[in-house]
Amino acid sequence: MINFWLVMILIGVLTFATRISFIVMLDRWQTPTVIRRALRFVPVSVLTAIFVPELLMPAGAIDISGNNLRVFAGILAMLVAWKTRSVGWTIVAGMAALLLMQWFV
Amino acid sequence: MWREFLSGVRGELPILVGVVPFGMIYGILALGAGMSATEAQAMSAIVFAGSAQFMLVQLVELGTPALVMILTGFVINLRHALYSASIAPYTRHLSLPWKTIVAYLLTDEAYAVVITYFRKGSEYKHRHWYFLGAGLALWSSWQISSAVGIFLGARVPPEWSLDFTLALTFIALVIPALEDRPSVLAAIAAGVAAVLAFGLPYKLGLLVAALVGIVVGLWGESR
Repeated sequence: MINFWLVMILIGVLTFATRISFIVMLDRWQTPTVIRRALRFVPVSVLTAIFVPELLMPAGAIDISGNNLRVFAGILAMLVAWKTRSVGWTIVAGMAALLLMQWFV
Repeated sequence: MWREFLSGVRGELPILVGVVPFGMIYGILALGAGMSATEAQAMSAIVFAGSAQFMLVQLVELGTPALVMILTGFVINLRHALYSASIAPYTRHLSLPWKTIVAYLLTDEAYAVVITYFRKGSEYKHRHWYFLGAGLALWSSWQISSAVGIFLGARVPPEWSLDFTLALTFIALVIPALEDRPSVLAAIAAGVAAVLAFGLPYKLGLLVAALVGIVVGLWGESR
């Protein structure tokens, strides 16, 4: 689909523009402090806004019943991420928990 | 010159352990979301940003309008401007072609390694080769691991719930980043807002939730 290629190329160009932005123009423009401070919260806010609905509303509506195994696996993964700070272990623990529960429940 | 390049590659190696499975999962999910192998591989080269690519895969699967995809991709990748600002003092003397190359290679994982090395105060005039080494090591493992994932993609049954690795990867990136009260507040606010705003049209809920998180983070910091 042509449309999607266009989307991809535009995002690529915009991403490259943010990456090169200050490398080429640092001398000319000082970042306003508020933007500098705001940027720090971008990854945490965006990523959390993505994964929380994935856990709480896997079928598109809020499901916090015992049937929603992703909530339990997600909480376990958060504990593992907190203790190990490792992407690998967090994925292994969360997937293992989900698959085991799917098997036995 | 080559010594700097090779020590850049070596500096990046520990990070690759986490990047390679991430790239493979990306490839698998991209095909699962209905992207073609060419599109999925091209995205790894054109966008070259893990979290944005995962996000886009998700948005493709949900059938999100193009404009929202572009805006979301842009917002997620805005953090690179911060990296750009922090690396700029060390690249000031470089030619435009060099600046272009290192900017293309400026990912989360390359930035983390390169800035640590530069801040150690190496005044060596070839140190941009370190950047090139670290950046290319990451770039090639990202391309190859995406390709492996794309190759495996068609063979993975849905019962394996592999799409859940996306949420898990984001959990793994967010939790260690919650190092102070403002970032915890930002995350909680963004999560709650994302659930409340989920029903907004054009999947705008994500952008709204991200903005709520950023504003609450700033507010928490200024108190």
